[in-house]
Amino acid sequence: MIVAAAKGPHIDWAGLSPLIALLGGATLVLLVGLLRPRVVREALVPLLALAAFGATIGLGIWQFGEHKDLISGALRLDDLTNVLSFIFCTGGMAAVLLSWRAVAPREAAHGEYFALLLTASAGMWVLVAAQNLVTLFLGLELLSIPLYVLCATEMRRATSLESGLKYLIIGSVGSATLLYGLAFLYGATGSTDFAGIARGLDSVSSDSLLLTGIGLSVVGLAFKASVAPFHQWTPDVYEGAPTPVTAFMAVATKAAAFGAFLRLFNVALLDASADWAPALAVLATITIVVGNVGALGQNSLKRLMAWSSVAQAGYMLAGVVVATQLGVQATVFYLGVYLMMNLAAFAVIVIRERETGLGDDIASVQGLGAQRPLLAMSMTLAMLGLAGIPATAGFIGKFYLIDAAVSGDYTWLGVVIVIGSMVSLAYYLKVIAAMWMQEAPTPGTALATGAPAMVGGSPEADMHRIQPETWFVALLFGAATLFFGIVPSPLFDLAVDAGRAFTGLF
Amino acid sequence: MNLTILLWLPLAAVVAGLILPAAEARFAALLGSGATLVLAIVLLFKFDGGKQGLQFVTDKVWISQLGIHYKLGVDGLNLFLIALAAVLFFASILWTAFREWDRPRLFYLWFGLAESGVLGALMAQDLALFVIFFDLMLVPFLFLGGGWGDTPNRVASMIKLFIYTLVGSLLMLSAAVATGVLAPGDSVTFDLVQLGSQARRLPVGSQEWIFLFFAVAFLVKMPAFPLHGWMPDGYKAMPLPVLAVFSGILSKVAAYGFLRIALPLFPDAAVHFQELILLVALASILYGSLLAFTTPDSRLILGYSSVAQLGFITLGIFSLQDTGAQGALLQAVNHGLVVAPAFFIVALLAMRAGGSEDIRDMGGIAFRAPVLAFLFLVVALANLAMPGSSNFVGEFLILLGVFNSKIVIAFVAFTGVVLASVYTLRLFIGAMHNRTGPRVESREIALTDGLVLVPLVALILAFALYPQLALSKGESAVKASIRDAKALTQPARVAAR
Repeated sequence: MIVAAAKGPHIDWAGLSPLIALLGGATLVLLVGLLRPRVVREALVPLLALAAFGATIGLGIWQFGEHKDLISGALRLDDLTNVLSFIFCTGGMAAVLLSWRAVAPREAAHGEYFALLLTASAGMWVLVAAQNLVTLFLGLELLSIPLYVLCATEMRRATSLESGLKYLIIGSVGSATLLYGLAFLYGATGSTDFAGIARGLDSVSSDSLLLTGIGLSVVGLAFKASVAPFHQWTPDVYEGAPTPVTAFMAVATKAAAFGAFLRLFNVALLDASADWAPALAVLATITIVVGNVGALGQNSLKRLMAWSSVAQAGYMLAGVVVATQLGVQATVFYLGVYLMMNLAAFAVIVIRERETGLGDDIASVQGLGAQRPLLAMSMTLAMLGLAGIPATAGFIGKFYLIDAAVSGDYTWLGVVIVIGSMVSLAYYLKVIAAMWMQEAPTPGTALATGAPAMVGGSPEADMHRIQPETWFVALLFGAATLFFGIVPSPLFDLAVDAGRAFTGLF
Repeated sequence: MNLTILLWLPLAAVVAGLILPAAEARFAALLGSGATLVLAIVLLFKFDGGKQGLQFVTDKVWISQLGIHYKLGVDGLNLFLIALAAVLFFASILWTAFREWDRPRLFYLWFGLAESGVLGALMAQDLALFVIFFDLMLVPFLFLGGGWGDTPNRVASMIKLFIYTLVGSLLMLSAAVATGVLAPGDSVTFDLVQLGSQARRLPVGSQEWIFLFFAVAFLVKMPAFPLHGWMPDGYKAMPLPVLAVFSGILSKVAAYGFLRIALPLFPDAAVHFQELILLVALASILYGSLLAFTTPDSRLILGYSSVAQLGFITLGIFSLQDTGAQGALLQAVNHGLVVAPAFFIVALLAMRAGGSEDIRDMGGIAFRAPVLAFLFLVVALANLAMPGSSNFVGEFLILLGVFNSKIVIAFVAFTGVVLASVYTLRLFIGAMHNRTGPRVESREIALTDGLVLVPLVALILAFALYPQLALSKGESAVKASIRDAKALTQPARVAAR
């Protein structure tokens, strides 16, 4: 008998290291969270979560510039993976900071809460790195299931539970649709591998099996990226979920979903772009219109941000539609600036929720300009940025997207983007006007529907008076919105690197 | 001469002023805008009127990936508008410095940002940079009007103003991107000089919609007749010193935009839409004049008179004649110099009429305030383009230009000149003469107010004596701006050569 040396498949540990950091971090956090001392749970656990996110970013920087297939081609580590992982890990770190004094981790146990956050991020990493239908779905589920739970972590608040349940049901429909679509794609092309699908497309172009597959996959991913008309869950879930989780969902899930969009459509299905591009362009238009119009009447800041995120998804979809290098770069760039603007806004919402007891109603920021000028300035920059006013990163991002749309022969889509921005001014300005041009409501008033006011000197309110870490998030990302509006080159370099990952595009 | 310093000085000063105690913030703003004024005057003297093309050019790559340059330059088109902006902002800040404002540091921060924004829009020689400054200069006015405004519903008014004008600006953004990206060339560029030769090679259809988008942006900002919906509320909401610069210079940036961008880049489309825009201008003149003639609110009289005056300026530009365009540029400077002191005077009148800006509550103010009356008279006569004033020269040139190209329109526009004297004199007589109003307590102009008003009025008089100054330095640049469009309107003569 010949004893052959058992030789396993080659595993590139270096390439997988960011994923390992996230999953290892999740395990560690879960275990440490079991320890009794309060300081361990309330300080050490979040610190470890921060460290895990930081390590992932660090390992991503270490692996930056590498282009390689991992685990027999199931995943791909390239600069798109890295840049998007920077985005959602930054979102994760911000979520940890915003959760530091939040109710949710206390109710759901710190270990579990932060472990779920890290697991969801690991799912995002898998999703954006996936270049196989199976890993794509695996990543999507790994990202979704922890988020369903996270939404419901404020267990004593009915809306939080409702939000989790709603997200679970609608998210499952989205996942199922996607899975069905992926099955059709496999059936049409005979391959689960993105490269194999691209090769298989030559023989089956405009085949009804393929078209059904594409259509169902679009729908499935559209659920995750909250693209209209598959966005209905967004306002309810964003409003009900604990605000730090909402912030994380808004920025990180969006980045991951668009990563999947880019890889599936601009790599695997690139040659069928004549089939899907016009349809996606129409979806983008609908999304821009629905999102902006939906946001108009909102008085809850979280709902407003939810509708705004729908509209912003429409803008970003324009970058996917054109299927060019420029389009990919513009989408990635916009995801980056979207992260900053949203985190600044959500951090301010978190601070005001704790300070005023008015919840996330727009009244909670009234008079903020007089009380807390720095915070109000951050929020103002975020709002102006989301509306696409110059001297903020949002303007450059929008410019980039319009540039990509025009040079990709979708000039009309560029015009749709600016028309959407016009509508959006109405609600972003409403927030700005509330902060700078209206008096603060008299203290102690609570809304009929809101939570009872906490201002009356209760210990809970006192504890929330000082919250340096949320201030840090608000001011940092507000400043970043301004800074990258004036000096956008560093972000551009990252976006260009990410775009280079798509060798098939020009 | 470094234009970057001139551009950012006002903003830098007020940002530095943030660390001063609140009561001292005004000095930072005064210092910044004063130094800017000095630099602008130096620029005026150092500018070489004999040279073609841009001077004092700063050209740096800003965003290489998008082909956006940080390019500033001065030529005959913007030279005097830059000086006008510096003068008006300094006058306004001086005026505000004598008064108390809530949250002064923030107030002056927005003021300084506004000045830098306006100067940037005037100096930018890169299309994308122009769009950026054109949008940016509006943001501080939203806060100034909404935060320190005069009417209870100021917030809604200012949001309306902001959205209205940004609708135009955003359309312009997409038009600008399309120009840069679609124009045939080696690489994407937004450099206005390069685009001047490339943009004409765009397909005609693209040129036309791009031109229309630009035109809407500029006409809204002016405002021109059907697009002026934001004006009455917005004008009522803004504090008067803020309104003085807003009306004095922001509308001129729009007129300047036609000369700098729309005409040189898209001459074919400009000729194609010439009559449409002439009609819009004509409608603005008539509509503005008629409303200025009927409204009792002294602020709105000036507001609607601006609509009419901007109509004249547009008329001159789209006469596509050298004389008309030169007159338009001169008139832009004149109108800025006239309307800003007029708004300060309205503030003084309201102080003497028990706080009311309604001319029915005024009257008889002149008897106890002869100096004020004299200053107002000079401003009023300049506004109605009295022969001998620089405004007369401007309107004359404009009408001459239109007369040469579209004689029918010129005839109708002449009535606007007559109406201007009617509404201006109505304001003057109603406020200064007539029976003394019930709550009028007239007194002579205070020294601090005179400090702002007298130099402005002196400038009007100086310009009346020597309008040639602005005309001669701007001549070659204006001619270059409309050269292509003008050539297209005279096909017969060109062919004959």
